[in-house]
Amino acid sequence: MLKSLDINIIQYVSILGSVVFIGLIIMLIRNKRIKEEFAILWLFFGGVFLFLSVWRGSLEVIARILGIAYAPAAIFLILIIAIISILIHLSLITSRLTDQTKVMIQELGLLKMEMDTMKKKSRPDRPEDSHTEG
Amino acid sequence: MVMKILAIVPSFNEAESITHVIEAIKGENPLIDILVVNDCSNDETGALADSTGQASVVNLIGNLGIGGAVQTGFKYAVRKGYDIAFQFDGDGQHLASEIKILLDPILHNEADVVIGSRFCEKQNGFRSTPLRRRGIKVFEILNSLLIKQRITDNTSGFRAYCKKAIHFLAENYPDDYPEPEAVLLLGKNGFRLKEVPVCMQERKRGDSSITGIKSGYYMIKVLLAVLVNAMRPRIAKD
Repeated sequence: MLKSLDINIIQYVSILGSVVFIGLIIMLIRNKRIKEEFAILWLFFGGVFLFLSVWRGSLEVIARILGIAYAPAAIFLILIIAIISILIHLSLITSRLTDQTKVMIQELGLLKMEMDTMKKKSRPDRPEDSHTEG
Repeated sequence: MVMKILAIVPSFNEAESITHVIEAIKGENPLIDILVVNDCSNDETGALADSTGQASVVNLIGNLGIGGAVQTGFKYAVRKGYDIAFQFDGDGQHLASEIKILLDPILHNEADVVIGSRFCEKQNGFRSTPLRRRGIKVFEILNSLLIKQRITDNTSGFRAYCKKAIHFLAENYPDDYPEPEAVLLLGKNGFRLKEVPVCMQERKRGDSSITGIKSGYYMIKVLLAVLVNAMRPRIAKD
């Protein structure tokens, strides 16, 4: 009796945890703190964990398919896959941002120089002005 | 036809040497235009370069590192229609008297890219520390295998480029430690590379950007970049 109650409690806790997690992510999107693009993976894995907690038998099925002797270990596998995919996704985004920042810094530098040159040309009698900004 | 030639001078905190570098280039050949790329220095590098009145100065608003800074120069050269561009470091380690040697093969259409090498002939001058030389040797072996041409000084920043190469690099120049990777990239994409023997001076001031733990990181990062680059398909040129 006590044993089955324990198992039920963990199921409720994990369903609640998954729902709170998904809710949190949706809230963050709603408040424009995370862009949808970046939240998709979080939502996907939130969904996976909700599914696993609602249908408890699924873990056994997955473990059997993958040949994992100790079924709860499958949950760690899924968790690790989730974390690694999200980290790789973040690296992709960081790399893209680095590239974009580089192009922006370069373009801005070139534009500023162009502008200074134009200013110097349009006011040849007061060349000192352009130096004050340098 | 008169060739338009641009000297790209990447500089980061080179206030002590930048004026001298500009004067040395102009003294060697007054027809060469100079672009100083001030990579967000903390000192007066940009203002000093500007005050010489002999160089155009791009002041970058963030520090990009040598790759991004030099690439800014290529973009400028493309927009202003330069025929030849060469890199000349702002710290004074390259010698203005050797610019002619560097440019000659391009002027005579013998090469698209010329690298000033400290190692391709027995000579005096500063040739780096023993440990660094060993690192440079690794790149020599690796790059030479990959592009089937012996390049002895893959880390040299004293390089000249033809118009086609400038256009190519304005779009494709590598990021942090670009030199060895650029050799592979250019060789693989069909540019004719040539090395000419040059001397370099030891830095009068300041340190190499690559010291201590950074050298280990440098080797690993550049080796990875070179190997991955070798796996990429050729970039189509117009």
